[in-house]
Amino acid sequence: MTQKTIQIRYFASVREVLGSGETLSTGAATLQELRDELIARGEPHAGALARGKAVRMALDKVMSNEGAQLADRSEVAFFPPVTGG
Amino acid sequence: MISPRVSVQTEDFDLQREISALHADDRRVGAVCSFIGTVRDRNDGSDVASMELEHYPGMTEQSIETMIDAAHARFDILGARVVHRVGLLQPLDQIMMVAVISAHRGQSFQACEFLMDYLKTQAPFWKKEQTPEGARWVDARVADDAALSRWGIEASNA
Repeated sequence: MTQKTIQIRYFASVREVLGSGETLSTGAATLQELRDELIARGEPHAGALARGKAVRMALDKVMSNEGAQLADRSEVAFFPPVTGG
Repeated sequence: MISPRVSVQTEDFDLQREISALHADDRRVGAVCSFIGTVRDRNDGSDVASMELEHYPGMTEQSIETMIDAAHARFDILGARVVHRVGLLQPLDQIMMVAVISAHRGQSFQACEFLMDYLKTQAPFWKKEQTPEGARWVDARVADDAALSRWGIEASNA
């Protein structure tokens, strides 16, 4: 399991609960594994990123689904559905 | 100097000035189509006193640039410009604008709507309203996802 350094960012309602972000060393291979790892910490992450909750993700500033592969130094963002315009 | 295609800013904007810069005396242009979104004083049954707009710096600009590239690939247009405000806004304030130029109107109308449908569901902005019942995040609308799917793009936002 290769460790990667991931920059995590949170926005909007997720940011209000978890803060603006953190740098994390992880063995997670995908966005899904990273999200599971954060949920496994318990509250407040478990609630803010819970399965079944509308949480959208970006990998390196591109909207991505949970299957997206992480690389060392990836930037990952978690946020609610977007509401611009 | 080539004017930027995308601006995210706290300041207000002047549609006519933006259109003039976009048009840039290009004699091929026969149609200009624009849209402005403004802050309403009511939403989802509550009075809205003010609205705070948050965005994801870098990703927001990059995602809208990608949308404009997609509009150029899809429609016969000569240029497009998007300005979106962030920060604290009041009812009546302008939130954002899209302007598109083309030779004939059909392509501008379509590209303007395409860009709006795309932006509503794919650009990382979030609105928080102040209401008499307290502050609340605006919910994404399923109808906005449906609007984008008309163009053959799956939104999966709301």
